[in-house]
Amino acid sequence: MIRRLVAVSNREFSLAFRQASELMQPLMFFIIVISLFPLAVGPGPDILQRISAGVVWVAAILSLLMGLERLFRDDFIDGSMEQYMLTDLPLYLIVLIKVLTHWLISMIPLLLLSPMLALFLNMTFEMYWVLILTLLLGTPTISLIGAIGVALTVSLQRSGVLLPLLLLPLFIPLLIFATSAVDSVSLQLPYSFQLGIMGAILLFSIALAPWAIAYSLRVSQH
Amino acid sequence: MLFVLLFRGFLNSGFNLKILELSGVSCEKQDRELFHNINLTLTGGELLFLKGENGAGKTSLIRIITGLSRPTSGDVLIQQENIHKYPDAAKKLVYCGHKLGLNANLSALENLGFWCQLHGKPVDNAELQIVLENLGLEGLEDLPVKHLSAGQQRRASLAKLWLSTNASLWVLDEPFTALDVNTVKLLCHQVDSFVNAGGAVVMTSHQQVELTCKTSEFYLEYHW
Repeated sequence: MIRRLVAVSNREFSLAFRQASELMQPLMFFIIVISLFPLAVGPGPDILQRISAGVVWVAAILSLLMGLERLFRDDFIDGSMEQYMLTDLPLYLIVLIKVLTHWLISMIPLLLLSPMLALFLNMTFEMYWVLILTLLLGTPTISLIGAIGVALTVSLQRSGVLLPLLLLPLFIPLLIFATSAVDSVSLQLPYSFQLGIMGAILLFSIALAPWAIAYSLRVSQH
Repeated sequence: MLFVLLFRGFLNSGFNLKILELSGVSCEKQDRELFHNINLTLTGGELLFLKGENGAGKTSLIRIITGLSRPTSGDVLIQQENIHKYPDAAKKLVYCGHKLGLNANLSALENLGFWCQLHGKPVDNAELQIVLENLGLEGLEDLPVKHLSAGQQRRASLAKLWLSTNASLWVLDEPFTALDVNTVKLLCHQVDSFVNAGGAVVMTSHQQVELTCKTSEFYLEYHW
């Protein structure tokens, strides 16, 4: 069974590298949004430092949502999703593998770029370090919960703005804890509580989201 | 007693084994009743030809049989297992629908290799190559599927039928669409030999095809 799941993940990797432009677009979006802020707010280092965590997080959520849309779209249109459903592999495992592979593909470049962006926004090393931790704990949750929305809207011809409208309100708690962790470290307060809550949300969504995604996909097939 | 057991053993040995059983299946879509209370059984060594006008509900019935959509009422059993309660039962069938199930950016070889892996079948590239060559896709197996013609894409998708060794039911929805005359013959031959070896096939088609295996027809009427 593990070999079959690895095959699913390998397929996702090879598809992602063949459609590199689709992979690059959210990344470029992330960079451009963040580099707009120093221009718009002005180059005052204090202000930039204060808003840095929020800016990076909002940009990360938006760019992840952009990339998420292609998660099930092609498989749904070309009928591969039907073939996934007609195996004895549990659909929730296939879906979990797909979401996690997608997260790896879209997050690792984002994390590699982040030191440069931290420099733009005048972040201290401690703030940067905690920001990375919050991104590592928070973005898989975004992918998992976002995938439920994608699975629900995949059969609509033009889901366009509907998806962000559905999903963005759900990410407010994550945003609050993540920015509050970075704020705490800039005031030299402990931040483990916020990270703990984010970890708990992540574990909760790993446990339950795959079932919801698989169910939504079956409903979309109907 | 022993005699009865032996007799049962004979009955279950392949032919005459109930492979597909529909009881009281109904389907309603957008307040229109497509069909009502369908009862059907299909045993090994038999082909069921679904006929009907456009919009009569052939594809809906096919998707209900595969477990992809749910009937409004009724049960579908595949080898005594209710496919809507135990989706695992789908491993006993191969489904070729209107959507081909091929990713446009992967080659035919990669698509089929992945399909084999997904179904837990060891991938043998030489075997895949031979199947694709038989279907006239020689030299095209490494091209991304989006560069193939509609008929060639359909052939690559149907190659599953040459690879599925342990399925007992084939569900084919309009398999002859876009195929040329020779490939239609090739496919008919493959369907014949599968049915004659004890498999069961459910098929829809608007084309007249020559099949030699045991065939029964089921006509779906268009309801307003």
